[in-house]
Amino acid sequence: MQSTVKEFKPLIVAFCCNWCSYAGADLAGSSRLSYPADVKIIRVPCSCRVNPLFILRAFQRGADGVILCGCHPGDCHYTTGNYYARRRMTLLFSMLDYLGVDRRRVRVEWVSAAEGARFANVMNDFAATIHELGENVKLEDLRCKQ
Amino acid sequence: MQAIAEKVLARVKELLASGEVQRVLGWEKGEFDYERTPALFEKDDIDNLVYDKFCAANLSKKLVEASKLEGKTLALIKPCDSLSLNQLLCEHRVKRENVYVLGVGCKGMEGKDGLCMKCEFCKGKDFAIADEVIDDESCHEVPESDRFAEVRALEEKTPEERFAFWRSELSKCIRCNACRNVCPACTCVKCVFDNPDSGVSSKANTDTFEENQFHIIRAFHVAGRCTDCGECSRVCPQGIPLHLLNRKFIKDMDTLYGDYQAGENSEGRHPLINFTKADAEPSVILNRGE
Amino acid sequence: MQKIGVFVCWCGSNIAGTVDVHAVAEAMKNVPGVVYATDYQYMCSEVGQQKIRDAIAEYGLTGVVVCSCSPRMHEATFRKTAEKAGLNPYMVEIANIREQCSWIHKDKEVGTEKAITLAKAAVAKVLKNAPLTAGTSPVIKRALVIGGGIAGIQTALDIADAGYEVDIVEKSPTIGGRMAQLDKTFPTLDCAACILTPKMVDASQSEKIDIISYAEVEKVSGFVGNFTVTIRKKARYVDITKCTGCGACMEKCPSRKGKNEFNMGLNTRTAIYIPFAQAIPNVACIDPEQCIKLKTGKCGLCEKVCSAGAINYQQEDEIIERQYGAIVAATGFKPIDLNGFDEYGYNTCKDVVTSLEFERIMNAAGPTKGQLVRPSDGKHPHEIVFIQCVGSRCSEDADKGKPYCSKICCMYTAKHAMLVRDKYPDVNVHVFYIDVRTPGKNFDEFYRRAVEQYGVDYIKGMVGKVWEQDGKLMVQGSDLLNNEQLTIPADMVVLATAIEPNPGARDLATMLTASMDTNDFFTEAHPKLRPVESPTAGVFLSGVCQGPKDIPETVAQAGAAASKVIGLLAKDHLVTNPCVAHSNELLCNGCSQCEKVCPYGAISYIEKEVRGPGVREVRRIAQVNEAVCQGCGACTVTCPSGAMDLKGFANRQIMAEVDAICKAQ
Repeated sequence: MQSTVKEFKPLIVAFCCNWCSYAGADLAGSSRLSYPADVKIIRVPCSCRVNPLFILRAFQRGADGVILCGCHPGDCHYTTGNYYARRRMTLLFSMLDYLGVDRRRVRVEWVSAAEGARFANVMNDFAATIHELGENVKLEDLRCKQ
Repeated sequence: MQAIAEKVLARVKELLASGEVQRVLGWEKGEFDYERTPALFEKDDIDNLVYDKFCAANLSKKLVEASKLEGKTLALIKPCDSLSLNQLLCEHRVKRENVYVLGVGCKGMEGKDGLCMKCEFCKGKDFAIADEVIDDESCHEVPESDRFAEVRALEEKTPEERFAFWRSELSKCIRCNACRNVCPACTCVKCVFDNPDSGVSSKANTDTFEENQFHIIRAFHVAGRCTDCGECSRVCPQGIPLHLLNRKFIKDMDTLYGDYQAGENSEGRHPLINFTKADAEPSVILNRGE
Repeated sequence: MQKIGVFVCWCGSNIAGTVDVHAVAEAMKNVPGVVYATDYQYMCSEVGQQKIRDAIAEYGLTGVVVCSCSPRMHEATFRKTAEKAGLNPYMVEIANIREQCSWIHKDKEVGTEKAITLAKAAVAKVLKNAPLTAGTSPVIKRALVIGGGIAGIQTALDIADAGYEVDIVEKSPTIGGRMAQLDKTFPTLDCAACILTPKMVDASQSEKIDIISYAEVEKVSGFVGNFTVTIRKKARYVDITKCTGCGACMEKCPSRKGKNEFNMGLNTRTAIYIPFAQAIPNVACIDPEQCIKLKTGKCGLCEKVCSAGAINYQQEDEIIERQYGAIVAATGFKPIDLNGFDEYGYNTCKDVVTSLEFERIMNAAGPTKGQLVRPSDGKHPHEIVFIQCVGSRCSEDADKGKPYCSKICCMYTAKHAMLVRDKYPDVNVHVFYIDVRTPGKNFDEFYRRAVEQYGVDYIKGMVGKVWEQDGKLMVQGSDLLNNEQLTIPADMVVLATAIEPNPGARDLATMLTASMDTNDFFTEAHPKLRPVESPTAGVFLSGVCQGPKDIPETVAQAGAAASKVIGLLAKDHLVTNPCVAHSNELLCNGCSQCEKVCPYGAISYIEKEVRGPGVREVRRIAQVNEAVCQGCGACTVTCPSGAMDLKGFANRQIMAEVDAICKAQ
């Protein structure tokens, strides 16, 4: 039995829109529905506020998985924000895949303010996936340091 | 080409003489035989203007500044360049009233190593915008090509192979900014990479974010606006196939949101500033077969 | 130098149970920028808040991080606390260590570690915060209602009743709208005119209401509380201040071939006309397309007979400009055009009519004086077939019709069937339906009465074809319940035609920057929670322009829209959310991409001289109207140069949070 192997603790950044998903996360909390502490939430007003840059930045800084949560399509507090987010993220995810980053490391989920249980389920599932995938080092390595 | 070039020169002189245009944006001979560089000409130096098979450079971006000058600037615009120009007009980056667009026929341009990559994958010989066109029958032959073939070939590789490919390509980058400087979609008055407040660029050498992500961020910034003019790859001194990033976005947008050619129209919305309620979910990427 | 104070709340044992709050406070003391950190049982209590205020004073804090419950709970509380101590309220950030930490993690070590990370992220963010000030903008205490049907009238009456001035702009010469054309109303069968015309009179007599009829909105600028609207009053060639509505002109007018719009073109009217007897304003209007004098210069009979001297052939359109605090769209609907529905024979058979035409035929003031006769020969029909869902509930892929349910047809068809059977028991009535939808108070009872008491023959099935044969209308359809094909020889066919928004609504929506769905109905700010507001602040929705609805629903929505308007006009100033987008003019390209994604029309472009280091030129740049921006941030991601940023959630703030979370790991 080797005890020197450090246990892998994934770093997961979750961007949550203020009106639906952040409230959904709060509901998961007040319902005491647990999900791994690896998930760290950043509050944004709307899923459309999330610049692909933020996600690239997270990966570059060592995140192992990034998830974006917003209101269900059609329910956006700002009417159309998540529709734009949906296109941007679809294209970003496709590009990351093209660059060789495992496509399972990024995800978009629509979680309403009423879906506390769903929020916890989504985070448990995503964290399990990332745990399985292990450490992500690739974006940092995309350019060899000269 | 010779015949067209003669007609172009005659017409340009005529317009200069009549005072309809004040200057001409075209190409002049460069250091090497195959080198043609963009330049502005007036009445007295117009004889230095050349138009031949080496005039690959896309002049549309130069109009951002030239159209701010007093009076009209005549621009020699090839069919593919006209898409770039139209996109710039759509974004209000060029003052239309200050530009006389002389569409010039093209039979494919060459560089040091023969036919340009962008011409191998010619998108067509029609002008998206022109005040006047000088071309002939032979300028309308479009070679058979599949511009997404390279993208598809890459997509078919394993993620590890793809990563290795991009790692090796992007590692060649010396950050000379030639791609950015030539790109007709990169016309920001100040680039985020030059702005320390943007959170993207950083003066500190320890910060590798910019180094690592420059090309990806750039591709994202021009997504939907990139006409696939291929200038980025043409000018890269390291030979990085940068167009493969842009083409990937174009291919995805075409597949997911319907065919779209940036610059085809001078108004409207490109796919990234548009949506439909029935758009695909981002999970289509996850569920895509290997 | 930034000086940040961190305040860790125990929330009794809610947080302290699974997070070592002392350890969090201690850890935060070592974070660059933090000059003070403490913990306390209940930060939101008066004592807790006092601790924050004291620390701000004592340590000269420039920013505060409270590690506590969700910001959705107490962010406003702690902002007020900071403000009381003289710190800008937007220099406060919350680390949510209860809902998103202590309540979901059981292991204290894990909880503590995560709480520290979240606190560090909040510190990283607050270090990049900038003081923000909520702006105010004045409210013009006058409302505009666009459309003078029952929706517009009711909205205007309710607003006027609260003491505010309100203008109704109506495009036709009279208010009253579709409801004025109706005979009876379901399910009570009271006469539409009897309940509508008193409201029209109330509106015209109200000192607070100005009815601008025969007019259209041409331009809208400004924003919530402060709209400027250009209105074109079309020339009616009659001085409305002089016309008494006596009708002498109409008796003498020799041009009598104009299509009578009020009667759905079932008969004709004179070139100078009053749309109907109870019209408001009750003044004449000349149809320039029909008037002989206006077309040829000869005639002038109406001028000769008008003892009031109201006729003025030289009258021109008048453009007026007015200011409003709020705008209500109440533009209503029309039945769809039936071109493309040749199977029902509407364009070829005179005795195939739409329901609205049938409504006029049944109306005592209508073209037949309420006698049920066939339009073709004036004979009394004995067999009538009603066809429901004509153009409603069509497949999305179909090249004709509408995908939605028009909602009112089932009930008015039952009404028509019942009225016919009541007045003319000799007439057989058949109704082809897909489903009968009667979800409303007393609706199903009403429908069942039609079937059970009045013997209306309801047939579940679609009609495939209607054609003329031997003076009859042959209606071929399927009876799905009996699984058979039917052909009914009828004397009249009535089509329950789908309704659609008035065609002018799309242009109006563009002017108002209010969004519309694919069917050209106005979209609401929130489909459930803000159903009478448009996403554009200060623009409200009333009636069918938002979606199909019947009269009681329309009136209810009209009242709701009015109450929202009243709530707005009751304010002297609007406090604007300071977390709005802001464009850095030195970086802006003027490319218009942000403008295209803004759901509120808050972004406009101006030519402006831009001055900065080494820069001095006139550029096209984006401007954000802070009173209109709601702070979603769609524009910020669209902006390639990073000129557009969101206050309170700026790029550098979010980046700092990302960095802090990742670095802390």
